Amino acid sequence: MKTFAELLDRLVLTPQRNAKIRLLADYFREAGDPSRGYALAAIAGTLTLNTVKPQLIRDLLLERMDEVLFRYSYDYVGDLAETVSLVWEPPQQRVTADIPLGEVVERLQMAGRSEVRSLVRDMLDQLDTSGRFALLKLVTGGLRIGVSARLAKQALAEMGGKDVSEIETLWHGLAPPYLPLFLWLSGEADMPVLTTPAVFHAVMLATPVGEGDLEGLDPADFAAEWKWDGIRVQLANIGGVRRLYSRSGDEISGAFPEILEAAAFTGVIDGELLVGGTARSNQATGTFADLQQRLNRKTVNRKLLEDYPAFIRGYDILFSGERDIRAEPFKERRQALGTLIDAASPQHFDLSPLVPFSTWEELDRLRSNPPDPVIEGVMLKRLDSPYVAGRAKGPWFKWKREPFNIDAVLMYAQRGHGKRSSYYSDFTFGVWTESDGQTVLVPVGKAYFGFTDAELEILDRFVRDNTVERFGPVRAVRAEPDAGFVVEVAFEGLNRSTRHKSGVAMRFPRIARLRADKLPRDADRLETLQAMIETKI
Amino acid sequence: MTPDTLLYPAPKGLYCEMGDFYIDPVQPVERALITHGHADHARAGHAHVLATRETLDIMRIRYGDGFCGTSQIAPLGETITVNGMTVRFHPAGHVLGSAQIAVEADGTRIVVSGDYKRRPDRTCRGFEPVPCDVFITEATFGLPVFHHPDDRAEIARLLMSLRQFPERAHIVGAYALGKAQRVIALLRQQGYDEPIHIHGALAKLCEYYQNEGTDLGEIRPATLVGEGRQDFAGAIVIGPPSAFADRWARRFADPLAVFASGWMLIRQRAKQRGVELPLVISDHCDWAELTGTIREIAPAEVWVTHGREEALVRWCELQGIPARPLHLVGYDDEGE
Repeated sequence: MKTFAELLDRLVLTPQRNAKIRLLADYFREAGDPSRGYALAAIAGTLTLNTVKPQLIRDLLLERMDEVLFRYSYDYVGDLAETVSLVWEPPQQRVTADIPLGEVVERLQMAGRSEVRSLVRDMLDQLDTSGRFALLKLVTGGLRIGVSARLAKQALAEMGGKDVSEIETLWHGLAPPYLPLFLWLSGEADMPVLTTPAVFHAVMLATPVGEGDLEGLDPADFAAEWKWDGIRVQLANIGGVRRLYSRSGDEISGAFPEILEAAAFTGVIDGELLVGGTARSNQATGTFADLQQRLNRKTVNRKLLEDYPAFIRGYDILFSGERDIRAEPFKERRQALGTLIDAASPQHFDLSPLVPFSTWEELDRLRSNPPDPVIEGVMLKRLDSPYVAGRAKGPWFKWKREPFNIDAVLMYAQRGHGKRSSYYSDFTFGVWTESDGQTVLVPVGKAYFGFTDAELEILDRFVRDNTVERFGPVRAVRAEPDAGFVVEVAFEGLNRSTRHKSGVAMRFPRIARLRADKLPRDADRLETLQAMIETKI
Repeated sequence: MTPDTLLYPAPKGLYCEMGDFYIDPVQPVERALITHGHADHARAGHAHVLATRETLDIMRIRYGDGFCGTSQIAPLGETITVNGMTVRFHPAGHVLGSAQIAVEADGTRIVVSGDYKRRPDRTCRGFEPVPCDVFITEATFGLPVFHHPDDRAEIARLLMSLRQFPERAHIVGAYALGKAQRVIALLRQQGYDEPIHIHGALAKLCEYYQNEGTDLGEIRPATLVGEGRQDFAGAIVIGPPSAFADRWARRFADPLAVFASGWMLIRQRAKQRGVELPLVISDHCDWAELTGTIREIAPAEVWVTHGREEALVRWCELQGIPARPLHLVGYDDEGE
């Protein structure tokens, strides 16, 4: 438990992605089995344990501690697991000894409901502070350490010197504590052979169209289709097993039962998960905000199913029946996909239409003016491209519509992390609105990238020289109609939000340009943003 | 005589009316007795100062020769008479020169702990328990959550991180007086013999510690000199915590923020400050040591000064020891 607890402590405080991967990979290399497999499961969210209610933890503590002293402590620390791990005093005669994570998990899994209480007490007595914290996070469910399953897989790839797509392919065929996986990654065994057929196959990704990328390419070699603003999924029905995966290989079947039920074909398809109606049902496609109502849920209720019906807009096909057709050219696969979708449930499946075009200029015009608000650009696919996992440059391109831009006023700044820890590099910006007859700034978003290093120097200097108030790590900067800093903010979309004071939430905002030439009074107004939502950008 | 006629809190600090002196006053006074050299306890501008030789030296280093009107050295353990009152200084184990001050009249003795710790520390003399009627204790870490771990294990984590991230400069925030030198001494004790780089604000105090016999090994200024530009990748650089937020920190290769403080025990504290590697190294007592010290000294009464008074007072009540908070203002109960 000691090494796992130390790993958690470091991960919580490490902001950089690459540093997290290194910490995880080092841990996976050094920790033994089955502990590392359970650690992986805990981080990736695949561990099932008898969970314990916070009240029980509190009760256990108060068996030994004065309630007033506990309250002072909890008020100060703010987190129950952390407080208990710190104030817990093992009986005097008890020698603390480490319990390997694997043993902790197995003991918890074997314990009956009535035994859990004394088991947890017993283990708290044996572990040290960090170990207790890790245990309490495990048994109360949810580590919340800022590491996604995807990142954990990346660390596995790093550990074994493999490609992450190989790990994604295996992932759903394996279970904690992942012994064959670690044997393979440490070079002691061959790649595990899976018995579950409906596994995830790493998806093919596109590269963005960059300056001059299309020059010299013949439009006749490519097919174009709309890039829909939903989430990319893979649906498999092989050997009688049906599964729905996100593009990173996380299984999301539970959240979309209607799709699973409607998948009455054999094969594996690739498409965009959307809500609303299919093209064949002649209903409008729902926005990303609508789709969000259905995301990140383990189960759904009937009302959600009725209000936000989900469907898949097919892009590609990997397996036709039980046959792997990924090596066939896109043109052929597309035909097979069309045949499959024609026969499938019209409420749950439609085909992403191809966009006819003859020149790049023509496609550029179409991209900037798409016929549906739920389109975020076009995809370009070579007609002869096989389906290859990963993001190779050449066969597939994505060409997004231009981002949206507004001019906003810098309001708050916060110091960054790691390399940027001495810079004010996280910015909150706002636009003008009327409130109680006064024209005031209301924050509309936060951005911490988009600027160059030289621009960051300028922003940082502005923040340091124009701080008007401090709130812990945050500084409020001068922002008046005639004094302040205007930035051009680019973003991909806009949603209504009840969590933000302004009522709007931007998607992927970044600072596109510094507008030292503008005064804050020239910045945009909230009404401009509201109008953008009205027109369903 | 009752203890609270001997010593009581006044606006300028803890006051002894019979001897007309203050202990660690927060504003300039006629006569001050100083427990140790941290800025919130040792201020400049008093007419007369009584303190240990090291504390007087440290005040001179920090404030210059004119830091007070006249000064007098208080040798540890010796009885000194101040305006007819008996006082004695005893080691407190907090930083170099730190002392507890015992004040005595008519058979009643009050010991003012100042800041103190019980852990062994090569850079200063260890705390000496003094029997007394009233023990005035600090309570910086006066909550049951605070259990400072073994400082050797904390330093080992820093050395481990250097091996894991050799391309990053490890910038260690540590207070200029006491903590910085202790961290360096601990690193040397564990066999780290690379040069250690320091921020300019630490230079004079490190030099003073070395002259006083603490071996800190090779210390270099963390400055970039001319053509030989280096980015301190894989090196340890020690600076005052405030320097983290400063432009100063920019010269380093992909800095990894380390902070040595008792507060680092609380994860959110570390996270809020952007610390990636918190080292729980404190120059104060943790909860077990505060309560253990009170048990050991077994005073008739406990008064609690700066920090988390309420929890320590509550603990004393549960033990049947009369206790009360003094509510002194002007001390930095976060400074560590």
